[in-house]
Amino acid sequence: MIYDVIIIGAGVVGCAVARELSRSKGAMLVIERSEDVCTGTSKANSAIIHSGYDAENGTWKAKLNVRGNRMMDTLSKELSIPFFRIGSLTVCTQEERLGELEQLRERGERNGVEGLSVLSRDEALRIEPHLADDVVGALYAPTAGIVCPFRMTAAFAENAAENGVEFRFGEEVQHIARDGELWRIETDREVYHTRAVVNAAGVYADVLNNMVSSHQLCITPRRGDYLLLDTTVEGYVTHTVFQLPTTMGKGVLVSPTVHGNTIVGPTAFETDDREQTATTEEGIAQVILKQSNSIKDLPIGQVITSFSGLRASEQGHDFVLGEPDDAPGFFNCAGIESPGLSASPAIAEMIAQQIREKYTLKEKQDFIAQQRDIVHMKPLSYEEQAKKIAQNPAYGVIVCRCAGVTEGEIIDAIRAPLGARTLDGIKRRTGSQMGRCQGGFCTPKIMDIMTRELGIGMEDIRKNGPGSHLVTARTKGGDE
Amino acid sequence: MKQVDIIIVGGGPAGLSAAIAAKEAGCDSILILERDGELGGILNQCIHNGFGLHTFHEELTGPEYADRYIERARALSIDYRLNTMVMDISPERVVTAMNRSDGMFSIQAKAIILAMGCRERPRGALNIPGYRPAGIFSAGTAQRLVNIEGYMPGRQVVILGSGDIGLIMARRMTLEGATVKLVAELMPYSGGLKRNIVQCLDDFDIPLRLSHTVVNIEGKERVEAVTIAAVGADRKPIPGTEERYTCDTLLLSCGLIPENELSKSAGVSLSGVTGGPLVNEHFETDVKGIFACGNVLHVHDLVDYVSEEAQHAGQAAARYVQGELDATGAVVALRAQGGVRYTVPSTLCVDRMDDTLTVRFRVGDVYRDSYVSVYLDDRRISHRKKRIMAPGEMEQIVLKKAELAQMPSLRTVTVCIEKE
Amino acid sequence: MEKRELTCIGCPMGCMVTVELDGSKVRSVSGYTCPRGKTYAIKEVTSPTRIVTSTVRVVGGTRTRVACKTASDIPKGKIDEIMAEINAARVSAPVKIGDILIADVASTGVAVVATANVGKG
Repeated sequence: MIYDVIIIGAGVVGCAVARELSRSKGAMLVIERSEDVCTGTSKANSAIIHSGYDAENGTWKAKLNVRGNRMMDTLSKELSIPFFRIGSLTVCTQEERLGELEQLRERGERNGVEGLSVLSRDEALRIEPHLADDVVGALYAPTAGIVCPFRMTAAFAENAAENGVEFRFGEEVQHIARDGELWRIETDREVYHTRAVVNAAGVYADVLNNMVSSHQLCITPRRGDYLLLDTTVEGYVTHTVFQLPTTMGKGVLVSPTVHGNTIVGPTAFETDDREQTATTEEGIAQVILKQSNSIKDLPIGQVITSFSGLRASEQGHDFVLGEPDDAPGFFNCAGIESPGLSASPAIAEMIAQQIREKYTLKEKQDFIAQQRDIVHMKPLSYEEQAKKIAQNPAYGVIVCRCAGVTEGEIIDAIRAPLGARTLDGIKRRTGSQMGRCQGGFCTPKIMDIMTRELGIGMEDIRKNGPGSHLVTARTKGGDE
Repeated sequence: MKQVDIIIVGGGPAGLSAAIAAKEAGCDSILILERDGELGGILNQCIHNGFGLHTFHEELTGPEYADRYIERARALSIDYRLNTMVMDISPERVVTAMNRSDGMFSIQAKAIILAMGCRERPRGALNIPGYRPAGIFSAGTAQRLVNIEGYMPGRQVVILGSGDIGLIMARRMTLEGATVKLVAELMPYSGGLKRNIVQCLDDFDIPLRLSHTVVNIEGKERVEAVTIAAVGADRKPIPGTEERYTCDTLLLSCGLIPENELSKSAGVSLSGVTGGPLVNEHFETDVKGIFACGNVLHVHDLVDYVSEEAQHAGQAAARYVQGELDATGAVVALRAQGGVRYTVPSTLCVDRMDDTLTVRFRVGDVYRDSYVSVYLDDRRISHRKKRIMAPGEMEQIVLKKAELAQMPSLRTVTVCIEKE
Repeated sequence: MEKRELTCIGCPMGCMVTVELDGSKVRSVSGYTCPRGKTYAIKEVTSPTRIVTSTVRVVGGTRTRVACKTASDIPKGKIDEIMAEINAARVSAPVKIGDILIADVASTGVAVVATANVGKG
């Protein structure tokens, strides 16, 4: 069969493009080399929807960040994406550099960011009482927000799937070449033909581009380490607090997350290993040191986990979007580093529009814009929870006690379109295993539910990709 | 709203012992709420022996020890609900809980006994750098997988932390056919019982490396190797001392943390040292009618002490319900000093206390040939030599009401370690 | 003359006790602080014993494993042999605490008994 569009990569950009394209008729496929959506750069980042003042005027980053930010209200409603416009503060700790806050405000206004204002120390303290003593002023951006990057990606993917887009996981693209009017895509399993290709391969996007275009890209993964603090710290910081970059480097942000945790990070280490997501002692130490520049006495001892992610930094320092002139039909979404998450809805809107026009794809009359309702028990009132339990008793059984996730929610995550097949898949869809005990109590219980729901053995259960088995054998040599 | 005299949150060793004591003290309306599918708590997965020497004068395994209490609770017809999670406790003692069959429900209690136990410190809290592959388990999770579910978490094991669960799991994994390469311990001494070091490590030639920690974890999908390094006096790794061990599993036994999220929702004040509620001589917290016992109060070394403490808490709660525990007299503070990290209780009222009061505490370092001293304000009333005291073992002193009552203006009881 | 060094488990002191052996005869014990240390050391070098705890397969139960122990101390040198028999054993649900799972394990005259209850599944 011949596809109209094949999207390579099921990160936030690939899935957002898939969802936008699913408004149109056509045969579409997403190919993802890992076992689930959102396993690369989209998974491990600051979980921020930036306001858009930071990027230079006229860049893709500036334009699509601001547009993406505006799209979030509708998207979060349509797709049940946890998103809160909590506002950001960019703090300045040197009197002589206060002028730079003004410059940022002006740049932001040129980019189209609304509501920016420069606050004095006192004004800033009124909305964020725990700012460090050295803070002399701050740029306030009320449109900035926080989001669950995984839910956002999964929502795009699930909605796309519901609207007919096919997904193949665990399949790696190895060659792309012209084949007459079409593109021939060879994976480690199959050969596909398609009219259009969307390159949304994250830190590998340059590799794919360089297979088909002489306009070579060069992506250098930049690793960022983060610490996540327990929900006991919730409320200590209520805005996303950035630091004005200094000669000593970019500083780290401190921000609430949609799950009630506090995130601190990232560092920035360039690496040539596109899989290097190990945290380092140096990185963790840097995060701990730098957060104190913006926040006073943050209870950093309440850390429940550390992690690191890679940003796909392209040498031109801007997103690389659309068709190279020597590879028509090959649509790049490359170099998607910060503010990539924020810009992803707008990137998708633009790329989908280009593809629709080029291939005259017809609008689908029966497009389902609304995502199915996802039950999250914890935020509900006790009355609402009681109602849910009456409908389905599985919502009355707490499996993950730290995050208050019930058996019903875990079963939903498995049964959903593109449902979870791994422990990490369940973690990201439900918020289980990511509380203060980090899965200590609930992992065996979730494994038990997985064996029932998926009809697999305990030995078959994986944390994420192939080889990530939780248990190696039965005791007593098996032989039941 | 349904009314109950005493609600006990948690049906492990503490909750069971408290319930039995309260019932035997004449309180009939008791309800235990247990989140798991059976009573007994974490004892059910502690299948090794060594429990009950103080209580029953014989060596039992965890499930056997629990069963004695479960049988007693059944014989006394104590009411309990399983698979029931308490969601909230209000300062007015309304307990909101949920389960599959009753849905969400609230009960007004006259008294509440907190007995939720503790949890293990996870990897994230330890800031161990490296990848985050499968094969990293807290020792208790591995214990459940092996002993209850019947699955091996791995074949080649490194253990970080020499807490008792870690030591016990070294032996369990070895007996079940795995190879335990070593146990690394950050501190210069083990947090576990001597007996466990000999019978769980020495018996199987498993090395214990004191003043060592894990500095790297390799493997993207499953653990492939860990690197350990010696640490200096500042507990920071010493460069150049790294040793790499290939393994597929890293077990963590790096401390237990009382689980007090519900206590907080009830407005109970917690100790910054133990992480558990501050209680008086009857294990009552600073919220009237709310009591605490077991590992939710402070982490114990022996379950026998949990049972004993919980028995006292249960009796006290019954007396409270019966109106016999009225607060009178001045509050005396118990102060931990000079190597004593904390005391339980942290306050007492001489008028209200029983004839004797056992005060439990832990020390912050290893002390040899030192004295445990007790001061009533400035006057030393007890000075007892101990050959050895270690952070892994709980210590105790006994206060006598008659002695305290002789000092009507008493404000502070101080427990401290003295060199001479 | 053979010298054996061991750690006393009587208390947290953990005295390093040295035992001098002439064949199986104890010639001297040193390094202990209290009499418990001496008694322990002599027993430990002449006839060390342990309780073995593990699990046994359950057929037709709510669980697939039941906890078990040797009903009394067994010679330390027999642990491997005992584990092999425990690993080969199988019991049908229901199982109750105290049920004999292996009557005479590894010819020690000691039984392996259940230490937990498992109902019919």
